[in-house]
Amino acid sequence: MTDMTAHENPYEAGMGDYFALLKPRVMSLVIFTALVGLLVAPVPVHPFIGFVGVLCIAVGAGASGALNMWWDADIDAIMKRTAKRPIPSGRVQPGEALGIGMALSGFAVVLLALATNLLAAGLLAFTIFFYAVVYSMWLKRSTPHNIVIGGAAGAFPPMIGWAIATGSVSIESVLMFALIFMWTPPHFWALALFVKTDYGDAGVPMLTETHGRDVTRRHVIAYALLLVPVAIGLGFTSIGGPIYLTTSVILNLWFVKGSFDIYKRNDAAADADNYAVEKHVFKVSLFYLFLHFGALLAEAALRPYGYGGW
Amino acid sequence: MAIKVEHEIHQRRKGRNFGVLALLIGFVGLVFALTVVKVLELGDAKKFENFDHVARPAIVPEEGASE
Repeated sequence: MTDMTAHENPYEAGMGDYFALLKPRVMSLVIFTALVGLLVAPVPVHPFIGFVGVLCIAVGAGASGALNMWWDADIDAIMKRTAKRPIPSGRVQPGEALGIGMALSGFAVVLLALATNLLAAGLLAFTIFFYAVVYSMWLKRSTPHNIVIGGAAGAFPPMIGWAIATGSVSIESVLMFALIFMWTPPHFWALALFVKTDYGDAGVPMLTETHGRDVTRRHVIAYALLLVPVAIGLGFTSIGGPIYLTTSVILNLWFVKGSFDIYKRNDAAADADNYAVEKHVFKVSLFYLFLHFGALLAEAALRPYGYGGW
Repeated sequence: MAIKVEHEIHQRRKGRNFGVLALLIGFVGLVFALTVVKVLELGDAKKFENFDHVARPAIVPEEGASE
């Protein structure tokens, strides 16, 4: 017997391993869009209450990430991209992830209700439920359109931010939701075209594998076109304005042009230039979302000086 | 292999314990600051200081006026 008996027990996770359960990179997008939803709303919010609100949304998003990792540990272990996540790599026990996910969900929703209002808290609870149950448990393994409907979970944060300030849902917040919702499929499928995934080995139906890559190319252009009226339409609401509209028109032309280039070519052409067009469109899609929300923020920031808005 | 008092696992536990401590202190601070903000947002203290669960005749104007 030596002093090394501790190794016989499961690995004891450090703080960083638990933090990794919360998907910090996804959280950064959630924080940004929620903050924009909060700041563009016509009702001013006390800065500290706003901070607590965004913190709750971020923690709620992290909690749903932990629940997703708990449920998907079996397929995460099979796929290269996810094999190093805390549960498949053995650093965190599945039960711990479930406990952290449930506890943080409760914490985020209750604190948001106490700090702001019941609508915002209800929307956050629904978002967590949607991501953990509707997307992870139900859609992800059953339909190649998983990403389309599952994208709703990522689209709720600006709507919750808006609800924190106004206590209501309105056309502006619905269109902010729709912008992210319609943007997610072409963004994700552009990525799926150039990243060699092993979703098939894990039994997850992805459009590229179930319906083929040409069908995926058609879907990218179709969703990019459907995205245009949503993005432009947001410019004519009370939170839009000339800055947003100009930005949106340019970005939509850029994105539709890129998506059309994806649609026009096939895998032989893509192989020849190492998927340059697909990679480019994926990058454009990141700018697309960031600059749309950035423009909304600019309109709101300039409004007190008589420049932003219509 | 020499027996070490401080094993790597102790370091990790220590980090985790301090992490939990920081989270708890942060949570207490958050709730306290939220309480301060919420109370200050109520505005004029005279509007609600009567409802203090303690009898305070000095702040009831009618009684003072009748004497």
